[in-house]
Amino acid sequence: MNLSPFLAVTGGGSSRLLTMSPVDLLIIIIYFLVVLAIGFYLKKFASTGEDFFMAGRKMTAWVAGLSFISANLSSLETMGWSAMAYQYGMLGAHAYLIGAIPAILFLAVVMMPFYYICRTHSVPGYLKLRYGEASRSLAGISFSFMTVLVCGVNMFAMATVLRLILGWNMHFSIWVSSVTVAIYVSLGGLLSAVFNEVLQFFLIWLGTLLVPILGLYEAGGWTKMIATINAAHPGQNFTSLWANMGSANNNPMGMHWTGMVFGLGLAVSFGYWCTDFLQVQRVMAAKSLRSAQNGTIIGAVLKMCVPLIVTLPGLLGLAILTQKAGITLMPEYQAQATGGHSYNQVLPLLMARYLGPGLLGLGVSAMIAGFMSGMAGNVSAFATVWTYDVYRPLINKKASDAHYVSMGRWCSIIGVLIAIVTAYGAMLFSNILAYLQVLVLLFIVPLFATVILGMLWKQATPAGGFWGFLIGILASFFMFFYVHWFPGYYLPFMEKDIRDLPALAQKIQMAKEPVSQFVVAQMPPDTRKLLDQYVVSEKAGSGPVSLWGRIEEAIKEPNPEVLALRSGIVNAMNAAETNTLYSAERFSAVSLTPEQLALARQKLDGDDLARFNRSLLEKAYPGELARMRRLEATQLNPVHAEQIATSPKAQDMAVNMFSAFWSLLITLGAVIMISLFTEPKPDSEIKDLVYGMAPLPNEGTCAWYAKPTLWAAVVGVILVVVNIIFW
Amino acid sequence: MQKEHQVPIWFFIGLILTAYGVLIFGAGIYGLFHPPERIALSNLHAGIWWGALLLVLGITYSVKFRPSKTAPRPAPEDKSNKKSAS
Repeated sequence: MNLSPFLAVTGGGSSRLLTMSPVDLLIIIIYFLVVLAIGFYLKKFASTGEDFFMAGRKMTAWVAGLSFISANLSSLETMGWSAMAYQYGMLGAHAYLIGAIPAILFLAVVMMPFYYICRTHSVPGYLKLRYGEASRSLAGISFSFMTVLVCGVNMFAMATVLRLILGWNMHFSIWVSSVTVAIYVSLGGLLSAVFNEVLQFFLIWLGTLLVPILGLYEAGGWTKMIATINAAHPGQNFTSLWANMGSANNNPMGMHWTGMVFGLGLAVSFGYWCTDFLQVQRVMAAKSLRSAQNGTIIGAVLKMCVPLIVTLPGLLGLAILTQKAGITLMPEYQAQATGGHSYNQVLPLLMARYLGPGLLGLGVSAMIAGFMSGMAGNVSAFATVWTYDVYRPLINKKASDAHYVSMGRWCSIIGVLIAIVTAYGAMLFSNILAYLQVLVLLFIVPLFATVILGMLWKQATPAGGFWGFLIGILASFFMFFYVHWFPGYYLPFMEKDIRDLPALAQKIQMAKEPVSQFVVAQMPPDTRKLLDQYVVSEKAGSGPVSLWGRIEEAIKEPNPEVLALRSGIVNAMNAAETNTLYSAERFSAVSLTPEQLALARQKLDGDDLARFNRSLLEKAYPGELARMRRLEATQLNPVHAEQIATSPKAQDMAVNMFSAFWSLLITLGAVIMISLFTEPKPDSEIKDLVYGMAPLPNEGTCAWYAKPTLWAAVVGVILVVVNIIFW
Repeated sequence: MQKEHQVPIWFFIGLILTAYGVLIFGAGIYGLFHPPERIALSNLHAGIWWGALLLVLGITYSVKFRPSKTAPRPAPEDKSNKKSAS
């Protein structure tokens, strides 16, 4: 593998991107020590339920706002959206503009007063007050489990990233970070999580901001950077937010502007920012309604600034990494198969290029801080929802406040342990990862539709709320499975379909049976050479069988030659599928099913032939190859995707956005229809919960510059101006 | 029972930024004499000025939000109560 001179900072042939000096390691150690020290210091301030779960409701607007935005600023987010900007240009900035700001302002001005005056501890708590226990239980249980599962996915992603860029052992990354999070959240609860999130906000900005500053300097400023990108990509538009969204065929996301506005800007964004308790909990802990509202608006301003450290590095990757350093990034699956650099590495690659000793430690601390703030956010939200919305109403109604605090502390530890199990599960079963990454999306949009109808429409009934919410969740899951379902279609073999590479390599290389002889004949000389070397090196023959052995195998730093061999075998298998594979002599030693024998007598072509041939290969190598799945989370069925996202070119993002929008409409429709035929709650029970019936608290007069509505309007105007400038 | 005064988060931020500023500034000075290899734009000595920025921010926060300054002073009536009690 050829690394750029700027990246060849490691010796010994390792493929990691960064090598740290002692001062870098010292900076990371200081970070962990300070985080733990804050947790131990705050334990004495988290003695009551209100302290532990709601941080005593005494956060100032700035602390609430910084925590609100920091809980969202995970490293997966910064690396992922930098990758988006590298692939799609400014389209990747929508997540920070229309995909966030209107929803955050709506939360501040419209929804926050209701959350605040009903003094609920959580979003499911609001559902209890507005719709009843059934809705709360549904939201509480599903949110609890999804939160810890998503936390596990983040943990796995963090360990993978740290292995890739620093060469760290994955067990070490998972256990050190999770034990640290478990300690400081279980000691100080939300207060500790909020303190650390504010600290992490500073580290993330100060550790990352230098990358775009130096990058712009090297590129010769914004104008020259854009000119370089345009010259390298003639006919493509990397600098517009909207100009190429008139048709789904004109932009690489395969998304029409309606998907961006109604899917991202309305359904996903409002669901995420207004009802995902992980976010809302931060501002609900503010000391007053005005602080909660202003904190939320501060969060909106900070969110609008994030493209500086996310989108801009993505664009700099196009201008500098590709044009000056000669590194071309590729999709994750391709990078895994070839040992190249994926889009997701654009930010670490730029760090490796610009950050010297000390600064690199700060940058890596920022990355670790970003991962840990996301994990702590999930864990503290899990502890609150489990204790107040599942344990207290359903399991133990009459315990003391101290008992619930103790339960919250144990929940923090148990939540982290479940997340660790999930992370190890994700190592063994890559499909789990693909499912869990969209899990929150499937849940929060119906939740938002249910909550917002409850707030704005007093006729919404408990039955309408519960069944509408449930129908919305089921519809979301249905759409997700539908676009990844391949009934009667053909999926070529993928690298992950080789379940036992050592055994398969040995069988093919020895070529004793006619099927293996045929597969080997499809291989180019390079792949045959790799196969011979692999088998001679005694890696082949006996694969790892124990669970721990499989985990060890999964987390090992990938060997580029093994990756290339895996890809070569897959290509040979897929080439065999398009040929006339079947003959009675060739498969005489393989026991075929009656259906296969019947198909063998027919004249098949195209996908039918390929599907049949794949089934023959699966029969020939039953222990080594995975069977074709009807449900494949990493692939989109183009026919089904077009039905959901209006374009056969729709990519994952477009499908997710349109699915979210349909889910919003289905939930709204279901709640309204059911409410029309069922009994609403009496006005006396919902007077503090519904718009027009709830008297807003009078917090006294304040200076004009402290009014939330003024700042919400200012931020709204800035959002419009930014969209016009980068139209 | 009166609760113990809570040191504001800004003080902790000041401490860690000060420590980081010292380390990064020091590494930057070291880099003047032993320039790091394979780092683009190392001639700009980003470590020095970024470290100095962290140091200034850190010291400012540490001083402005130090516990002795942010702790509430005992109210005058508390003093009189103590006197009368004694």
